[in-house]
Amino acid sequence: MTTVAQRTATRPSARRLRGRPELYTSYAADMALFNTTGKRLGVGALALVAVLVTVAVTDDVLRLLAVGCALAIGAIGLNLVTGYAGQVSLGHAFFVGIGAFTASVISGDPEARTLGYGVTEILLWLPAAGGVAGLAGLVVAPLSSRLRGLYLAIVTLGLVFLGEHVFREARFITGGFGVGRPGPRATLLGFDLVAPGPLLTADQKRYLLVLVVLAILGVLARNLARSDVGRSFAAVRDRDIAAEVIGVNLTRAKAQAFTLSSFYAGVCGALLYTITPVIEPASFNLGLSVQFVAMVLIGGVATISGSIMGALFIALLPRLTQELPRLLPFISSQATGGGLITSSQLESILYGLLIVVFLIFEPRGLFGVWLRTRNYWKGWPFSY
Amino acid sequence: MTRFLQGLYGGLGQGSVYALIALGYVIIYKSTKIISFAQPGLMLMGATAVAFLGPIYGVPFYLAVPVAMVLTAGVGMVVERTALRPMVGKPVFVMAIITIGIDIVLRVIVNRFLGPQIRAVGDPWALSLFTIGGAAYQVRFLAMMVVTAVVVAALFVFFRSSRLGLAMRATAFDQEAALAQGVSVGAVFALSWAIAGGLAALAGMFVGTTAGIDQNTWVVALKALPAIIIGGLDSLGGAVIGGLIVGVVESLVAAYQPQFAPWLGASFSLVSPYAVLLLVLLVKPYGLFGTPEVERV
Repeated sequence: MTTVAQRTATRPSARRLRGRPELYTSYAADMALFNTTGKRLGVGALALVAVLVTVAVTDDVLRLLAVGCALAIGAIGLNLVTGYAGQVSLGHAFFVGIGAFTASVISGDPEARTLGYGVTEILLWLPAAGGVAGLAGLVVAPLSSRLRGLYLAIVTLGLVFLGEHVFREARFITGGFGVGRPGPRATLLGFDLVAPGPLLTADQKRYLLVLVVLAILGVLARNLARSDVGRSFAAVRDRDIAAEVIGVNLTRAKAQAFTLSSFYAGVCGALLYTITPVIEPASFNLGLSVQFVAMVLIGGVATISGSIMGALFIALLPRLTQELPRLLPFISSQATGGGLITSSQLESILYGLLIVVFLIFEPRGLFGVWLRTRNYWKGWPFSY
Repeated sequence: MTRFLQGLYGGLGQGSVYALIALGYVIIYKSTKIISFAQPGLMLMGATAVAFLGPIYGVPFYLAVPVAMVLTAGVGMVVERTALRPMVGKPVFVMAIITIGIDIVLRVIVNRFLGPQIRAVGDPWALSLFTIGGAAYQVRFLAMMVVTAVVVAALFVFFRSSRLGLAMRATAFDQEAALAQGVSVGAVFALSWAIAGGLAALAGMFVGTTAGIDQNTWVVALKALPAIIIGGLDSLGGAVIGGLIVGVVESLVAAYQPQFAPWLGASFSLVSPYAVLLLVLLVKPYGLFGTPEVERV
């Protein structure tokens, strides 16, 4: 983009006609991140709420929200490769695992049973976690340029199983099956980001940390989606041969998509285990991959805000199903059953059903629900 | 040599079970162009049905298996009609993900029946052995091979010389042309899910022989995925051969890897099918017998 375009992009309202919110006088204004006043105010309000939540809710809910935000980073990553670039990946859990273990190795205790270098500076281990995972993505990417669609889905599924095996066997790194190793320790320029301090509790600190990283990476991804890279992804998704004909380098676009997606997955893994204390090698399984797919599909394919909504939804779902037994007597809260269905069974059945229901009735996911609500009130009291 | 023969024998037996599951995947893929990730759920459901009918309700084993197959076939048809028929024409990925959702739902329901314990399927083979040249072989693997051979033969006859089989082949070849010739494509979809469900139930029963089934048995059905990819997604013969390859590789790796390549770690055999899958696909992107896609822009 030219500098003029960039200048208008940063101040979209400068060339706006009064009372004509949908009239754009330049491409840059149309493509701007906050192309309407409503969006600017809405995002501002959301950001404010997200920060205020830190002091407004109890620590256990805050921990769930922090997990949700960390998962959202991974979901954005999967959305980049599956939603934007159309390359089906069931191997996301593998890259999340790589990120988690990389961060943990770099920041781990050098004296401990497992490998560790004791560098707790987050500015070092967070990019490194993403970088190593991204590198793994780059290695896998050639597969995607050779395979398509469902073949790729199954190969990435195989990757999860192979990864699980490696994580299980490399005991000096991962601690081994059923044992695991402690998650990464986070300090920022000497300031401890996870221990409880005089001003903020541990959960509040972790939540803010994850929130900040999510905000940065979210904006980056959104920006990427509207750049030439994002457009090349969309072209590959919509018709890969046509994309090649109009000059998109297919191999490169797919490699970019996989690398970026894995980078996000790695960061997600690293942050996830600053909240959860122990990394268990068995947790990076097919189930986790499917959870990420569920986040993307329930949230909204090829939308960043949708990924975040989907991730928060999935993260809060267990809490929701735990609350339900109180309201609905046929659901039992005991693990051994008793009622018609237990809350953990309900939780996994809801995953499945929600995926099916959303795909059949609202393929655009939660983002689509939001769009419909918005459009309804935009035209209210008229139907359009 | 004995170890090799035993490994090969066990591998072929296990492989024929994978072949049964793989046939289900390929039949569904050929008629509907979906990879059904619901197969693990259906397999577990079939095995559970056998385990309940046989040991618990006292139905004779050789009656319990067909009943379980019919039941699972019915569930397959219901799944197809309710969750997948409304989505005809949507991108294949979306359909595949829907089947993942269905799989989760099915497994939760089945787990509800299974409970935390291991359940026997009440098979007559149990641990009985026969000996050739001083080496013992398990009878159940022979049963797997024979039954699979019969089923495969029956399927090939069905596809080659029955009206419905012809209709299914026509649908696999070109859905619209088949529709125009008066083939009920919907019925073909339902039938292919029914066949796949029945095969999954049969395979599930075999998986449960000797060791029994529990909530984690479903993972076995995923090993049929490397089988279909190695054989080629749209080739029935490829599915059988792919299944056998996966079974033999797994069994031989289990026999030799701890001795010759211990650095690969314990129980590498369980993931070896996926390693083979990666190697085959790097050389032949459409599997050994799959048809390369011809693309028009």
